[in-house]
This record gives sequence, C-alpha cells and structure tokens, in this order.
Amino acid sequence: MMLSCREVTRLVSQRQDRALDFGERFALRAHFALCKGCRNIGRQIDFLRRAVVRLGEHGETAER
Amino acid sequence: MSAEYRSQVESQRAYLLRYATLQLRDRDAAEDAVQETLLAALADGAGFSGRSNLRTWLTGILKHKIVDAIRRASREQPLAPADELETGDLDAPFDRRGHWQEPPTAWDDPDGALHQKQFLAALEACLAGLPAKTAQAFMMREHLGLETGEICKELGITATHCWVLLYRARMALRQCLDTNWFRT
Repeated sequence: MMLSCREVTRLVSQRQDRALDFGERFALRAHFALCKGCRNIGRQIDFLRRAVVRLGEHGETAER
Repeated sequence: MSAEYRSQVESQRAYLLRYATLQLRDRDAAEDAVQETLLAALADGAGFSGRSNLRTWLTGILKHKIVDAIRRASREQPLAPADELETGDLDAPFDRRGHWQEPPTAWDDPDGALHQKQFLAALEACLAGLPAKTAQAFMMREHLGLETGEICKELGITATHCWVLLYRARMALRQCLDTNWFRT
C-alpha cells in the first residue's frame, strides 16, 4: 500500500520521537524513492533537530 | 562553601539564563528558574564535588526547574486555539488525496547556515512565532531532550495531542525557515 505525502510527512515527524516499525520504514523508503518533495521534507525535518542543538551551543560559545 | 566555588557558580548565570529563556520564552520565569538553580547549587556544594563539569551539572538542575515551571504554567494557562488538536492547519499543505499542493524544494547548504549568526536569529524568530504550547512541546523534545511520554504528562495532554503539537511545530518551523531564510 502506497502512503500519501500527508501520511509520509507525519511519519517523518514521528521518527524523530519513536522507533518506526519495519513496515513503516519500508513504506517510507518506497515513497522516498518516487517522491522528491517528501525526500526534501524528510531532510529538512532532520535538519531542524541539528539546528536547535546548534542554537543551544551558540549561547555557550557566545559568552566565552 | 568557598568563595571560589561561589564565583564559579555565579559565572554560569548568563549561560543558564539563555538556556532557560530559549525554553520558557519568558524572561521573568527564566530568571526565577535560574535563581532557584543557583541557590540549590550553592546550598549543595557537596553535590558537585567530584564531577568534572560544573556547567553540565548546573544545566541538569536547571532542566528540572524548567520542567517544574512548565508544569505550573500548564495548570494555569488555558490552551490557546492555535494549540488545539484539530485546527485544519495540518492538512493545508496537502490536497484532498494527500498530495502536496506545492512540493517542498531542496534547501541549499542548510548545515552551512548553522554557522551563521543571522540564521540562528531567524530560527529564534521562527520559534517565537509558534503557539505557546506547541513551542513548549517542541523545545522539551529537542532542547531538553525529554521523551514524548514525559512531555504529555508535564503539559497535561494526551499522547495523540503531543504527536500533533510536535508535528505542527516541525511543519511550521520548516515553512518559516523556507520562507524567511532559504528562499530569500
């Protein structure tokens, strides 16, 4: 069963917070192979985590 | 307690204040949490002895004070309309079949942007634009590193609502950075 972009986007968010099961991971990979927009949103949501970590560190370097 | 220990603890105030402000979005509440942290640390110098990093230890105490503050505030604040479970905003990027109205385009060198002060300022502005509870949930997850179960409990919301707030925060931040940084 193909997931829609809306469903994929929700899973992309949830994989930041819980371990996806095998079926979910497989469905994501299958969708990403065909959909550039969802590949982009996947990367961008992963990036948000790095950005918030960096925001925290930035305060640290700012006062040294 | 030695004067040196006191001054070392005090020297972390600015860092801790920034840490707390990022999370609580309220200068007064952040000041209170930091003050409580410093007092606790000064009262318990023995708690630190033997640990390698004073800042890490203080940040650990501060996290607890921040969660206490969020819990207190959650009891008092009613949920803002924009923080509700269903507001229609989450389906807006998609058509009726669940396809993108406008597929997201790739960002040019996002990790390079992490080294730019202006980018971090843009990110902070985007965070400030999130509805209160949505921002709290997101920052509890990404900044404090709490698990979703704990976040739901502290905010007094259901697990489903918690997933929705995190999803809403990520989609809104992505859109905000897309508009205000990567496509300008």
